[in-house]
Amino acid sequence: MASAPSLAASLNPATTSDDVQRAELSEIDASTKWPALFLLASAVGWLLIGTVFALISSVKMHSPDFLGNYEWLTFGRTRTAHLNAVVYGWSVNASFAVAFWLMARLSRSVLRHAGLLIVAAVFWNIGVTVGIAGILIGDSTSIEWLEMPAYATPLLFLAYALVGAWAVITFRFGKSKHIYVSQWYILAALFWFPWLYSIAEIMLIFAPARGTVQALVNWWFAHNVLGLWFTPIGLAAIYYFLPKVLGKPIHSYYLSVLGFWSLAIFYNWAGVHHLIGGPVPVWVQSAGIAASFMMVIPVIVTAINHHLTMVGSFNALKYSPTLRFIVFGAVSYTVTSLFGSAMAIRSVAEITHFTHFVVGHAHEGMYSFFTMVMFGSIYYIMPRILLKEWPSAKLISLHFWTTAIGSTLYVFDLKIGGFIQGLLLNTPVLAHKFGLQPGTDPVPFIDTVKVTIPYLQWRTYSGILMTVGHIAFAINFAWIIVRSAQATKTQPTLFRTPPEMEVTAQ
Amino acid sequence: MNRAPLIFLGIFFALAFSWTGIVLTNQISYGSLKPVYDETEGKSYPLQTPGLAARGKQVYEDLGCIYCHSQQIRRPGYGDDIERGWGDRQSVAHDYIRENRVLLGTMRTGPDLRNIGARQTDRTWHYQHLYDPQITSPGSNMPPFAFLFETHKIVGQPSPKAIQSKLPAKYQPPAGYEIVPTERGETLVDYLLSLKDTYAYPETKNVYVEPTPEAGKEEKK
Repeated sequence: MASAPSLAASLNPATTSDDVQRAELSEIDASTKWPALFLLASAVGWLLIGTVFALISSVKMHSPDFLGNYEWLTFGRTRTAHLNAVVYGWSVNASFAVAFWLMARLSRSVLRHAGLLIVAAVFWNIGVTVGIAGILIGDSTSIEWLEMPAYATPLLFLAYALVGAWAVITFRFGKSKHIYVSQWYILAALFWFPWLYSIAEIMLIFAPARGTVQALVNWWFAHNVLGLWFTPIGLAAIYYFLPKVLGKPIHSYYLSVLGFWSLAIFYNWAGVHHLIGGPVPVWVQSAGIAASFMMVIPVIVTAINHHLTMVGSFNALKYSPTLRFIVFGAVSYTVTSLFGSAMAIRSVAEITHFTHFVVGHAHEGMYSFFTMVMFGSIYYIMPRILLKEWPSAKLISLHFWTTAIGSTLYVFDLKIGGFIQGLLLNTPVLAHKFGLQPGTDPVPFIDTVKVTIPYLQWRTYSGILMTVGHIAFAINFAWIIVRSAQATKTQPTLFRTPPEMEVTAQ
Repeated sequence: MNRAPLIFLGIFFALAFSWTGIVLTNQISYGSLKPVYDETEGKSYPLQTPGLAARGKQVYEDLGCIYCHSQQIRRPGYGDDIERGWGDRQSVAHDYIRENRVLLGTMRTGPDLRNIGARQTDRTWHYQHLYDPQITSPGSNMPPFAFLFETHKIVGQPSPKAIQSKLPAKYQPPAGYEIVPTERGETLVDYLLSLKDTYAYPETKNVYVEPTPEAGKEEKK
């Protein structure tokens, strides 16, 4: 470490190649072991629970009598339990683990106060458990994305405060002078979330604002959880793993800076597009639409940066599980974001708002982008903290193909079904032009329901596919933990053996 | 050079920007709207939700009705809300100021319910529909809410609230038994029947002006 790192080396996580750095990295990785393992194991547990609720809810949408006699399993509760389990259980636990691990590595600092993190993680998971149990027994607040009853939130807040304190400490102890773009995203996310969450809790639950100001606060929060928490963590992971696995620098440092600041400025205004046409001031709606559309800039900038880094290295997709998931996520981010900008336009929102189209879009963001990136990250992190390799490449392959095909089918299916539903619901003239209905009068409402049923059935089939993938993932995850270290091979687990080991990571 | 403070400032102001614009500005500009006192009727609008209906609203919330039913009418010319008969006028901010929890909703898997109390006034219809939506709306994908009813033995006089005579043959209880709504079921229907925005606030009167040949330059607002 005597020589001052060159600019390129300090910008790019891929250039830590000498042995000293390797040793340092593995020391850092080892220090993250217990908190990361606890968070990831909880995440996988919640993923399975969330998947069960997802399937139940999906079946109920086309076969409403399914489990219809149990109040605690009525659609309004299982759907909410699903959302909270996958968002606050799976996604937040996974993003905590990935964020810490990246922070420790990029700050070149061993993880201090691991106990603090484990306590925080325990509190967080107790809070989520209490919250979801509360939803099922009938204490849901019915505020979208904030359904957990008020008695669960102090636990979550306490957990988050510990996490924040930890992150600041780690960052301050960091040895690396340069701040890599992934760290920008993680620091920003860690700072933004508590602000959003505390304002929303106060103005919606503890001292509710008057009238539809609540709706504005609600969507300012709910969309920013996506845009200012999950998106930055997901992008941080892509910015780290893409160059790391490929062994080459990110395409352009300056683009990554531009992408970061344009996202920070535009995304946080975009949430109002959930209220287009609603009883809130029109100027806020217009501002939200403009901001949503301006999101094209950070998205295109980030897309150029990610995809041009990939160009010339597509061959590596044949071998590396991490890369395959990460690239799938990066491409989905581009696609879903451009769709999102388009959906904010008033004439498009007239059709897609209030329909299954939005559900398809939401899953494209939270699943095809964020969840797939987390899968890829976990495939990279686990062998490094456990010093063991994944037991089965076949299970990883099964996991990838079921989730990739399942989520793609899901998104296409609901977008098509939702668009037809929206045409029939809102624009009889247009629906007539498309040949969807006989006249130009509004069709009976029940017809707009019936037309969606086949699409809702296909949603269940794609959900079953994803469930298979999640089970494969969970088996591999449990297996790598319990298998003995001696039995393990020293080679990384790849889909197939590359002709020469040009791929530096697994 | 340590750029961390600069980056942090940027991060801070980014969110401060929308927090000020979306949350604070609107809280100041219309976060303290007052009810409108109508002198001819001697009442303040919007009306206070009656006690039973307010309890029913909690049932609506804990069952998650909001995930399929919106409560907002969009303006004429934008969507088909008015043409579908979901309301006579668009919803305005005033309509919601008495509500401790505003349930605008973002899905219309089922119809909008903002004025369900004005367009479906029959209590029995609501009981039938909640007991099993297929009774009143065949082909619906709304789940049954039969758990908001209880079947019990008739002791003495049959209950005046019993609904089995209004249900088709396949739902009939054994002889000597009756089906009555639970308290939760009753208050939920009270709430649904209370949902109607029929008062015309000053701002609802000229939100949309039908364009006429003479008045081509009419203001849209």
